Amino acid sequence: MTSGTLWTVVLIAAVGCYLLKLVGLSVPAAWVQRPWVTRVVEFVPAALQAALVAVQAATSGPALVVDGRLAGLAVAALALALRAPFIVVLVLAGATGALVHVLAG
Amino acid sequence: MREGTDRLASLAGVSDARTATLRDAVGLGLAVGLYGVAFGAAADAAGLDVWQALVLSALMFTGASQFALVGVLGAGGSGLAAIGSALLLGTRNTVYGVRLAPLLAPRGVFRRVGAAHWVIDETTAMAVAAPGRELGRLAFWATGATIYLGWNLTTVLGALGASGLGGTAQAALDAVVPAAFLALLWPRLRRGFPEAPVQRRVALGGAVVALLLTPVVPAGVQVIAAVLAVALAGRPRPGAGEVPSRPGDAAAPRTRSASAGEEDS
Repeated sequence: MTSGTLWTVVLIAAVGCYLLKLVGLSVPAAWVQRPWVTRVVEFVPAALQAALVAVQAATSGPALVVDGRLAGLAVAALALALRAPFIVVLVLAGATGALVHVLAG
Repeated sequence: MREGTDRLASLAGVSDARTATLRDAVGLGLAVGLYGVAFGAAADAAGLDVWQALVLSALMFTGASQFALVGVLGAGGSGLAAIGSALLLGTRNTVYGVRLAPLLAPRGVFRRVGAAHWVIDETTAMAVAAPGRELGRLAFWATGATIYLGWNLTTVLGALGASGLGGTAQAALDAVVPAAFLALLWPRLRRGFPEAPVQRRVALGGAVVALLLTPVVPAGVQVIAAVLAVALAGRPRPGAGEVPSRPGDAAAPRTRSASAGEEDS
């Protein structure tokens, strides 16, 4: 992706996200507060963010791969379950990734 | 509780409440700053330069969408897939705007245009949790201002910090990025979040859909397609349309005001 295309993507997405905010402040509440709409909106983050986690941790292009990222993710999940602070979670995941990288040569 | 009501009744109490609101806003701004560093680093890992990362934080200014955009681009996804996933996550803010409109009651086009920019998880949580409309407004603007400053500053720090890495440090960053995404998602899955078991089911479904589709669709499309997993949530509960969904960004539930809000929702 060229820098120009990247800029276009950045700007379109930014303006789009801003308009979504503005619409909320501007339209009658009844347009948005329908049971199905709020239901879907409530669960979109879980579906999309979990998909992103999976893609970031276990894929490379079209291939499914297992490497230090997945090990780091497992450690991060454990740390989160133990209620570790955000920074600790990141440091542990990063250290795990680096360790696997060194061990795997 | 009674002590709190008595305090609020007095003039001094009102200024106490203002101070508490401001303190919470600043505390939240600092906590969110850490996520800004992670976002800056993720943006760099995805191939964005510092300016592009900064423009996202300054103009888009909604963490989940920003993370999604760079996540899809980092996975080699198309611009369209990246924009689509950012917008899908941005729909949350439309619902927040509807909830905030009566509270903020922005008079005039300029105020509305300005207020809209700061309608995000954290400002909504703080504004809704604050006792009373005046404090609600104060919480919105104070939280918005601190987070806006902190988020943009730390985005630059993260992007600059990550751009100097190589070799083993790069491998560490590669592992940090998915961990940061997971941390963003985690509060929704935890016990105590409304319908946490359903959230977990949808999240698992989203991950499975994305992994199954990865070998067969162009990069990025599997992330958008994962939205199908929302079907696993089932039908709305009766009256669910009026029940406001609680904002659930990672940093918000840890503050005092936000947890006060949890009690009454």
